[in-house]
Amino acid sequence: MATVTMRVFRGDAGGGSFKDYRVEADEGMVVLDVIHRLQATQANDLACRWNCKAGKCGSCSAEVNGKPRLMCMTRMNLFREGEIISVAPIRAFPIIRDLVTNVAYNYEKAKAIPPLRLKPPAADGTYRMMQEDIDRIQEFHKCIECFLCQDVCHVIRDHEAHKKAFAGPRFFIKLAGLEMHPLDAADRTRFVRREAGIGLCNITKCCTEVCPEHIHITDNGIIPLKERMADDFDPIVWLLRRFRGMRKDGA
Amino acid sequence: MAADDYESHEHDVLVIGAGGAGLRAAIEAAAQGVSVGLVCKSLLGKAHTVMAEGGIAAALGNVWPEDNWQVHFRDTMRGGKMLNNWRMAQLHAQEAPERVLELERWGALFDRTQDGRILQRDFGGHRYARLAHVGDRTGLEMIRTLQYHGIHQGIDVYMECKIERLLRDGERVSGAFGYWRETGKFVVFKAKAIVLATGGIGKAWKITSNSWEYTGDGHALALWAGADLIDMEFVQFHPTGMVWPPSVRGILVTEGVRGDGGTLRNKNGERFMFNYIPEFFKGETADNEAEADRWYEDKKNNRRTPDLLPRDEVARAINTEVKAGRGSPHGGAFLDICTRRPADYIKKRLPSMYHQFKELADVDITKEPMEVGPTCHYVMGGVRVDADSTAATVPGLFAAGEVAGGMHGANRLGGNSLSDLLVFGRRAGLSAALYAKNRGGQLTVDQGQVDAVAREVIAPFNRTHGENPYALQAELQETMQTLVGIIRTESELREALGKLERLRARAERVGVEGNRQYNPGWHTALDLKSLLTVAECCATAALERTESRGGHTRDDHPYTDDQWGKVNVVQRLESAGLRLRREALPEMPAELKALFQERK
Repeated sequence: MATVTMRVFRGDAGGGSFKDYRVEADEGMVVLDVIHRLQATQANDLACRWNCKAGKCGSCSAEVNGKPRLMCMTRMNLFREGEIISVAPIRAFPIIRDLVTNVAYNYEKAKAIPPLRLKPPAADGTYRMMQEDIDRIQEFHKCIECFLCQDVCHVIRDHEAHKKAFAGPRFFIKLAGLEMHPLDAADRTRFVRREAGIGLCNITKCCTEVCPEHIHITDNGIIPLKERMADDFDPIVWLLRRFRGMRKDGA
Repeated sequence: MAADDYESHEHDVLVIGAGGAGLRAAIEAAAQGVSVGLVCKSLLGKAHTVMAEGGIAAALGNVWPEDNWQVHFRDTMRGGKMLNNWRMAQLHAQEAPERVLELERWGALFDRTQDGRILQRDFGGHRYARLAHVGDRTGLEMIRTLQYHGIHQGIDVYMECKIERLLRDGERVSGAFGYWRETGKFVVFKAKAIVLATGGIGKAWKITSNSWEYTGDGHALALWAGADLIDMEFVQFHPTGMVWPPSVRGILVTEGVRGDGGTLRNKNGERFMFNYIPEFFKGETADNEAEADRWYEDKKNNRRTPDLLPRDEVARAINTEVKAGRGSPHGGAFLDICTRRPADYIKKRLPSMYHQFKELADVDITKEPMEVGPTCHYVMGGVRVDADSTAATVPGLFAAGEVAGGMHGANRLGGNSLSDLLVFGRRAGLSAALYAKNRGGQLTVDQGQVDAVAREVIAPFNRTHGENPYALQAELQETMQTLVGIIRTESELREALGKLERLRARAERVGVEGNRQYNPGWHTALDLKSLLTVAECCATAALERTESRGGHTRDDHPYTDDQWGKVNVVQRLESAGLRLRREALPEMPAELKALFQERK
């Protein structure tokens, strides 16, 4: 057992500052454990979100020593002995209190996305999908909606004005997952370009780097989506895409 | 308190809880054309369903064409030690396949068979490979699918909102009182019908797979509103939770590890489950390693491995091994898949287990065995409901999912929870919408009830030097862990009830610091009331049932008693306090009884 110094942001929309706390940390603990101990013993009203404590729900996102992370998957032994560990709320979203931010932006974007439009079933009334045709989309479905990718995306983080017409990496993979879905019949080309604003992404891959699920957001999601948009202006690629689309139907 | 001190909303149907059951209920109610409100304690998509790993049990027959609802029904009843509400178990087995296919039509992508259908995996207590799954993150797929389908159905979602009390107009429910976690401000929902889908009570134990949310809210709300609870003595301790390091103790390790070939061993390397096959399951369980291993590939000519006995059996076995000194270094058992399956297979089938052990315990499960031990996981008991409609015993109140009792009897089979959420979530949404449409008379909320709850909720702020809510919660968890755990005995249960009574008195003096804005100390203080209520229900019912069955084991009554197999323990809150009675199980019709005669 060691005593560690936690430098935790305390405050709300009206302002705030970092406060240092000395906390006992046991073997194997993660940052969230230490925050909980701090909450139980020294700062009962310290606000933080969490649910599963196993990297599955994406609730406890924070910036630990400046790096966006899930607190529940950040082991304390990652830090040097005596190192002061700072914990701040994710920066791209308005603060509510302490480590809790208002992530409503993401729920608004989610709602705007045109949902799956189901194709008619096969002649036998069933829907068949081959594993190799869904491997890529299953990768996108691993998303736990921690919004760390949204947090580090400079379009969202640094340009408040862009938020209105930009969905962000989480929703680009959501869109990619729908566009590549074998059972989907909707066309989201216009939405992806205009409402989701994919053109604003200049593929710096910051989102991919912070993804706790190691989803290849940029390479497997955003770039293919960008290619699709570009393809719309290229008749040859358009034809190729039609062909690929037909194959997807099993026709 | 003046009326302008809170905001108010009105809906035909109010659904409390937005996990699998709540979302499915809200979707179904909205489909009936009524106005629907969906309230959840966390952000949408973070509910406990997201943590479910192994799969959804449904007799699709994709892998084993021999499978059908009758076999699933029989497995479920036997797993529940025949204490299940037979009608719920029947509806569940019959409707689960359609609910799974419906998820697929809403965009869910389950792992596939070679011919492009939904792949199914083996799980404890299921005769055939039956669980539709996505690796070991099935719950995530399910909640995202429901969430993204649900947000387009015109449902009003109230996130990070906690319901403190149901409001009644005479006998009927007429609304609910709650607060916004973000601001601490009050909110009143008027509603013609209310669906409880609040999940379980696992936060009453120290070693648990459950999150902060699982404080028995719905169980307590129902009880306080006059509804009956049944089977509260039955708590499932999942046999495989992480045991090391201490900070991750209790985090779930999916049964899919054993479904996919993993086996339990003690410190001597012995596959000890062969020593714990109960008489009840002897006919269908392999008694030697060779047969058990062959069973994964050939189910017709071999019996199931005892590693996949129902969870109550496996949890007790691990408990016994550890007590006998044959446990792993940190007081669990070894769960070995690394010597039995190739690394690539493990990573493909169990990606989040691989990730979880690597990140949290420095263990590479493709090279080393895991250390696992029992962790509180699920409560079989809950709100007593009508099987077909999910109606509670209070008019206008419905319940689905873990908060409802009866479906799983004395022990739930793995995979039957996600299917339960879908089947009965849908039924609850449908019934609540129909009830709301037919409900006559004015919808009125009694100001007196509102004011009384508001005063109670705010009271902890007037006690700045009161008891620490976190410390009280920890004491409660310690009490339940040590005295109302896997193995119970009369003296300890009585001791637990004494301690709970003292904790309840102390909870009246709980104090909080800070203000009402996103204050977890305050939230913890308020959740103590429901947590103490369900803890008392559990301990009281456990004291009453003087036998051992499923998720209730009495050291002083170690045998299953046929007389107890005919009754449920039913609890209701009356003016004099918690009242308990025994009531006969509903009688199973002859054609269903016959299913248990066919295979002995």
